[in-house]
Amino acid sequence: MTKENLASVLARYPANRKECLLPILQDLQQQVGHLGDDLLTEVGKYLNLPANKVYGVAAFYDRFKFHPKGKYHIRICNGTSCHLEGSATLLAELEKCLKVRTGGTSRDKRFSLEVTTCMGGCSCSPVVVVNDAVHLHVTLEELGTIIRFMKEKTE
Amino acid sequence: MEKILKNYSNIFDRATRDELALISREKVTRPVLYVGMGTCGIIAGAEGTLKSAERYLSANGINAELIRVGCLGLCSMEPLLDVQLPGKARISFHHATEDRVEDLLNSVFHQTLDTDSVLCQYQNSGQEEWTGIPAMGQLPFFARQHRIVMRHAGIISPWRINDYLALGGYKSLYKTVLNYTSEKVCEIIDQSELQGRGGGGYPTGKKWMVALGMGSDHKYLICNSDETDPGAFMNRAIIEADPHRVLEGIAIAAYAIGASDAYIYLRSDHMLPIDILKHAVADAREYGFIGGNIFGSGFNLNIHIRLGAGAMVCGEETALIASLEGRRGMPNSKPPYPAEKGLWGYPTIVNNIETLANVPAILENGPTWFKSIGAKESRGTKIFSITGKSLHTGMIEVPMGITIAEIVHSIAGGVKDGKTLKAVLLGGASGVCIPPANLDTAIGYESLHDIDASVGLGGLTVLDQDTCMVDLTRYFMEFLQRESCGKCIPCREGTRRMLQILDDVTRRPREEMHHETLERFKGVVELESLAQVIRDTSLCGLGRNAPNPALSSLKWFRDEFEEHIFDRKCQAGVCRDLRTCYIEAAICNGCNICQKKCPENAIIGSAKLPHFIIESKCTGCGICFESCKFNAIVFK
Repeated sequence: MTKENLASVLARYPANRKECLLPILQDLQQQVGHLGDDLLTEVGKYLNLPANKVYGVAAFYDRFKFHPKGKYHIRICNGTSCHLEGSATLLAELEKCLKVRTGGTSRDKRFSLEVTTCMGGCSCSPVVVVNDAVHLHVTLEELGTIIRFMKEKTE
Repeated sequence: MEKILKNYSNIFDRATRDELALISREKVTRPVLYVGMGTCGIIAGAEGTLKSAERYLSANGINAELIRVGCLGLCSMEPLLDVQLPGKARISFHHATEDRVEDLLNSVFHQTLDTDSVLCQYQNSGQEEWTGIPAMGQLPFFARQHRIVMRHAGIISPWRINDYLALGGYKSLYKTVLNYTSEKVCEIIDQSELQGRGGGGYPTGKKWMVALGMGSDHKYLICNSDETDPGAFMNRAIIEADPHRVLEGIAIAAYAIGASDAYIYLRSDHMLPIDILKHAVADAREYGFIGGNIFGSGFNLNIHIRLGAGAMVCGEETALIASLEGRRGMPNSKPPYPAEKGLWGYPTIVNNIETLANVPAILENGPTWFKSIGAKESRGTKIFSITGKSLHTGMIEVPMGITIAEIVHSIAGGVKDGKTLKAVLLGGASGVCIPPANLDTAIGYESLHDIDASVGLGGLTVLDQDTCMVDLTRYFMEFLQRESCGKCIPCREGTRRMLQILDDVTRRPREEMHHETLERFKGVVELESLAQVIRDTSLCGLGRNAPNPALSSLKWFRDEFEEHIFDRKCQAGVCRDLRTCYIEAAICNGCNICQKKCPENAIIGSAKLPHFIIESKCTGCGICFESCKFNAIVFK
């Protein structure tokens, strides 16, 4: 994110107002995709907060990400319905095949994996979302097809 | 001021009955198509339905209106497509996926309905009914429901304020700010005996009176809609279906306590409710229902939308306030209660969105009407989101006092695929499981207390014979442990230790002889007392309720725990580490598929002869189970 862009985002919020911290971080994350060190420092300066405080608050909340997403961002639902239909097995398979940890990005930056709470597809569980494509009633076999497709596309 | 009043009277006074009927679409002059586009509908493919319907209309040159509505509540039948022809009753098609839209619309416009694809028809007065199609009230799913908050869900468009106005929306606010004092509003709500729907069940009127009695120049109202509980989605669905009802409730509540700023704290995971609510706030501001000098009464209200960032503990009111102030969402000990000292030190009322959405109806119909609904100690209705293994899943609004059995068997249609019911989980992740023997308990804050359960936020999960209670308990414990904010030790360390114990129980033993087995037994022995300590000593509701699933499943399903601990078996075949697959020789025809798929090469056998699984190699992954077309593989 360029300096001008950052300044234009910050300008939407009053300076030195601590309660704007979460909205600012949410705004930045939506535009950049993740919160880098430099962004956190700049936000801290703007709100007159030490960077460790900014990071401390941001790290408390699940939705803030501090690393870039992969080319394929995979979200797997771990709501009650999806769990009952076996989302844990799917998650283990994804971690194994894509060599990526939950909440992390693979080393080659191809895949990132996120476990979410209910996504709203309780009647079509388990739900896996790859970038914006929603896959419903996913079985292990279908997941294999999805994984193969993603791997071929990023080779 | 005059402009605002004029705008308002334009809608109610000038509009004759016919005009209102047109806006509310009681009568239509051209065909109207409705697509259920809540988040659940969109996931099921409603975007495709909408596009397909658009294509059909333009290809056939039909002049029709296409409307996006919220979720009707019957999520398992989505996507839903409704059609209303002039003079005919509105009918609803279920499973109207993209590829089926053309056939369905053809059948309506050519009047050759296939009754199998029709869900129901709406009952509108003075309109010709379709023959052979059940009315909505006749379907078991809707018959036992009583809808107050969800009255317009799936019927009106959440994007149009006029839809809500035509059905009498914002009338209660109008009446309230012009006729009642703040004290009177609090009194009405107190008389109605409305209780907080966020789980606590505290009388709303009493809470408001405390805030009203505080002599402070600033007061705040917070609408809590941060549901992070897995399997609970009623808050989201209320916003997606009828956002203006929520705004009206907020405005009345703010008037009652004398607040001029209201915050709506929304969950940030779903974009749709955020967009809908922003749109609704802008519309309401334009019409003068929120903003400065509402209806010329001198009452000012600003509504701010704030997004949560994915912390379950922020559903707790003091944690929510901390989050709004830009701090970590950690709860504080009470007292002081937020009603006395809340956001930035000012009196603050935090109400759940469902509580607030009940308010307009109470002011419209009076407290006596509200008291006549529901049970003796718990008035009104409650929304439940039904998930799990029932035939129908979705959202229902039922009067308090209905039994759990009625919800599960009559409304949700019982367990699907002819399986047997094992338990019902009430209240989401920190809820309580209820065995079939106790299902005759009535829903209500008092009555559920007798069986150690609570309504909670209103998540209801139906579990069938294939569910492993130990695994489910472990799953909830994992969730709660992750969501524990870390402020108080019983919750932070206690949930972690409980998870560890449950992990030991469900994990494959590396060796059965020494230390590990001892650890497992030691843990299990202490599990119950640990749970009790967490329940008694935690700071907030999240911690206090965290051991609920473990305690209740230990109480009702002790056999299953013992089976896991002593026999190292999982009868339901869910705990991956404790199961081995087994091939029924009588069914297996030797097709070889499982042998090829097995990642551990644990399956042997020659073609066209029954295969065999080597138990020591099998990891219980279940790939063979999924790949077998003849159901020859079972878990043991």
